[in-house]
Amino acid sequence: MEGSPLVSTILFHVGPVAVSRPVVTTWAIMLVLTLGSTFAARRLKPYPSRLQIVVESVVLGILDQIHAVVLKDARPLLPLIGTLFIYLIVANLSGVLPGVEAPTARLETPAALALIVFFSVHYFGIRAQGVLGYLASFAKPKLIMLPLNLISEVTRIFSLMVRLFGNVMSGEFIIALVVALAGLFVPIPLMALEIVLGLVQAYVFTVLAVVFIGAAVAGAERR
Amino acid sequence: MDLQFASIIAAALTVSFGAFAPALAEGRSVAAALDAIARQPEAAGPISRTLFVGLAMIETTAIYCLVIALLLLFANPYTG
Repeated sequence: MEGSPLVSTILFHVGPVAVSRPVVTTWAIMLVLTLGSTFAARRLKPYPSRLQIVVESVVLGILDQIHAVVLKDARPLLPLIGTLFIYLIVANLSGVLPGVEAPTARLETPAALALIVFFSVHYFGIRAQGVLGYLASFAKPKLIMLPLNLISEVTRIFSLMVRLFGNVMSGEFIIALVVALAGLFVPIPLMALEIVLGLVQAYVFTVLAVVFIGAAVAGAERR
Repeated sequence: MDLQFASIIAAALTVSFGAFAPALAEGRSVAAALDAIARQPEAAGPISRTLFVGLAMIETTAIYCLVIALLLLFANPYTG
């Protein structure tokens, strides 16, 4: 079965650990983002330069969006959510570059991101309500809801993973099919659609992460 | 009917039904959101944010069907 979208190509081995192609792409994205943000935040001034204005409006825009969902102090969430959003945008759009495959088009990267969201939901929930209060919030509004709440904790994270993977992967799959069937320049409108879809999926993943964390922080009254 | 042929048919059926129902549902929700925005244009921000999240939720069912079809085609445990 060649060309299966469910397995990723192994590039090389480090000892017993196989390093696959999405991992290498993610390293490259991490490098670009780290260098880029260090460069952008190098000389911050009260009278900002042009670059600083752009960076400030991006950060404040993300902060505003988080605040609109959580309705509380959004600053503790900003590092996690902002990184997630910017990484997802770059990762989803990296598939447009020739020769690069979006790392989110393979199952491992969305799974890792969804696991990060899963653990940070519990981290922020426990930090806001304490261990006992957070555990008790699963049994609200009635004790009979306990199994349903526990199941939904897992299934919503699972659907977060499958949604990102399925959307990005299906876009790349369709482009590959059209290239194989019709020729070189035919899939350009599909690639434009893929850009929009990548941005929307990055937004949706981030907003859902904020909604989950916000529900865990606010506890029973918003669950 | 051998097993590979059956799984190809099943994959096609899965994708077709999985595209059909979410398309209807997404059409209804977008129509409702447009109606709400037309009545109350100042609430467009929260409405469209909720719309995006809801559309993503609906679309998940289509993506589930797609993943099932891909499993049938590429990682079928019975055809080997």
